[in-house]
Amino acid sequence: MAASTLTVPQPEVPISLPPRGHVGMWCLIIAESAIFTIFVVAYLYYAGKSLSGPTPREVLEVPIFISICLFSSSFTIVMGEKAIHHGNIKLFTLWLFATIVLGAIFVAGSLREWYRLIYEHGVTISSSLFGTTFYSLVGLHLSHVIVGLTMLSLVLIFALLGFVKQEHAERMGVLALYWHFVDTVWVVVLSVVYFIAR
Amino acid sequence: MLDADSVSRPMFVPPGEAVTRPLFDRVHEWIVTVDHKKLGLMYVCYGLLFLVIGGVEATLMRIQLAVAHNHFVSPQTFNQLFTMHGTTMIFFAAMPIVFGFAVYLTPLMLGARDMAFPRLNAWGFWMSALGGIILYFSFLGGGGLYGAGSAPDVGWFAYAPLTSPAFSVGHSTDYWIIGIFISGFGSIATAVNIITTILCLRCPGMTLNRIPMLAWLNLVMATQVLLAVSPLTAAQVMLMIDRYLGGHFFDTQAGGSAVLWMHFFWIFGHPEVYVLVLPAFGILSEVIPVFSRKPIFGYSIMVVATLAIGFISMSVWAHHMFTVGMTSWANAFFVASTAAIAVPTGIKIFNWLGTMWGGKIIFKTAMLFCVGAVCQMLIAGLTGIMLSAAPFDWQLGNSYFVVAHFHYVILGVIVFAVFGAIYYWYPKVTGRLLSETLGRWHFWLFLIGFHLTFDFMHIPGILGMPRRIYTYEPGRGWDAWNLIVSFGVVFQAAAILIWVVNVFVSYYKGDIAGNDPWNAWTLEWSTTSPPPDYNFAEIPVVRSRRPLWDLKHPEDPDWKYE
Repeated sequence: MAASTLTVPQPEVPISLPPRGHVGMWCLIIAESAIFTIFVVAYLYYAGKSLSGPTPREVLEVPIFISICLFSSSFTIVMGEKAIHHGNIKLFTLWLFATIVLGAIFVAGSLREWYRLIYEHGVTISSSLFGTTFYSLVGLHLSHVIVGLTMLSLVLIFALLGFVKQEHAERMGVLALYWHFVDTVWVVVLSVVYFIAR
Repeated sequence: MLDADSVSRPMFVPPGEAVTRPLFDRVHEWIVTVDHKKLGLMYVCYGLLFLVIGGVEATLMRIQLAVAHNHFVSPQTFNQLFTMHGTTMIFFAAMPIVFGFAVYLTPLMLGARDMAFPRLNAWGFWMSALGGIILYFSFLGGGGLYGAGSAPDVGWFAYAPLTSPAFSVGHSTDYWIIGIFISGFGSIATAVNIITTILCLRCPGMTLNRIPMLAWLNLVMATQVLLAVSPLTAAQVMLMIDRYLGGHFFDTQAGGSAVLWMHFFWIFGHPEVYVLVLPAFGILSEVIPVFSRKPIFGYSIMVVATLAIGFISMSVWAHHMFTVGMTSWANAFFVASTAAIAVPTGIKIFNWLGTMWGGKIIFKTAMLFCVGAVCQMLIAGLTGIMLSAAPFDWQLGNSYFVVAHFHYVILGVIVFAVFGAIYYWYPKVTGRLLSETLGRWHFWLFLIGFHLTFDFMHIPGILGMPRRIYTYEPGRGWDAWNLIVSFGVVFQAAAILIWVVNVFVSYYKGDIAGNDPWNAWTLEWSTTSPPPDYNFAEIPVVRSRRPLWDLKHPEDPDWKYE
């Protein structure tokens, strides 16, 4: 056996492999970005082509407060990541809770806006082309926020039950990556829907 | 360290007890498995099953078109046949087969014990399987509650407004949408898995510069799945919003656009061709060197060409839409990008030729299929360049010339490469060799049938025969050509029958393969055939692109030169 073993003159340089959770999440983000791109393109392409009113300019109000809430949640989750990285689970739970509250405010604010559009202005998904594209693009993003909130809430429950440890910091990083993606998409959706294609 | 001892020592005795266990246990084991080898095998078998079903549908269409004014099937049935044939072959035959090879071989070739996410792997497979079942359930349930079932009949690219509720009554189109939507999730999950496995689970020494060509091509293929299947998923969501919620995306009466659906579909549809052909290129890049007894010619340039194909192919989709009437700038862009893709593809062909040049070529059946695929890639590429010119496309778009062109790619390159792969890796999977005699019959009959059908299919296209017609007038000069085209099917069907017999007979009676029947160089040949659970008792360490060559030739290892 020893005779047939390869002898290598120089020591082999060890290769470093990226963590698979992060790579998997980045792949998912690429795929999701492609989905959002198609919806954004459809929104831009159809802007102003609606044959019946009301127009976006007449009914849309820039959701400043809930957008600030969502963007701040990226900051709170970074603080949470720092806390779990240092093993401070209590602080982590607190920041996680703050993230969920901010995300929930965003969801509630969006739904309030939808309620106003539907009942005050009669804009529904089938009322006009604007309604179709608006609810599908904003709704696609909102559904991602809700998925993220569900996962964050699961982690919160696990944390409150005492299952979350310092060693889970990397996995938490994967989830945080998804949450940052959801926030980043809102930058695009916000600027497209409320500013560019108004 | 990979040593000769661990190569020759059987780490895995095929379990005799497995035969005596009750059937339920054995089926249950396959259903709940997360093992990449079992899942890969199920992917391939599932794809081959649908290949046969789609082949039967094609045969029925060719019987109908063999002579003018034929009444073999009704126009409605013919529409359903070409819709189901296209959808089946792309989504439920070709994609599962290439995914199956990727899932089975990637961990083995990289010296890993499984995929990066084994459970996601199982999820991806079962989603794809569910999609196929839903599509075929339309034969029973497509009509909804009123009347008998009906398969979708909107064509595999389902142009608007055919899919709108007004023109697509009943649920047949819904089954088409949901079947593809669900299998799309499976495809994206498996693509995520393939990329992560290749990037994160390589054995020590396996740098990206040393992974087998098939792994490189699968890496690019999986990236394209992420970028191309996702838009299709998005478009299907829009179609569902239109059909179920009364949306107006593709409803021209409310300001929507039918052309936008075409763009969205082909943003998926064209990269999809490369999703299928890149793994076929990978198979060629593995089989040809082994049977030429030379390392692959120009490994780095092959990788660069693959990346170039992947990059350019994302920006060629509208060459499917020249006849729609785009601006001349758009036409010019898509003509140029489409023609440009011939350059990296040509590089690949020259590299395979360079690999064979001066090699000691061994014409086993696997090599025959691969050489056939290279030759046919040349012709398919040439008709592709012809069609890339917009004026030429205005003349021949939507004709049988186009049908002949893309079948040349899909059958002549992808299916040929897949058959080559089956002859090459069957011994690794089952432990037994496929019969070479039957293999040669399979190859030559299939080659004759393929060329009879698809060479002569170009001609009625040039003579003006449009695709998707259920019959035609006699005396237009199409009759003889159509008869020859249909006649070729006989040879292909006979070849497939021989192959099926070969697969089953060789499973029980074939020669014992041993670990490494082809004297090959990649890591999957270092384990037993079939590979044991978790593949490698000891994770191998590699020093070059051909680890088994280094092992067999310690006096002249590759790592001295790379």
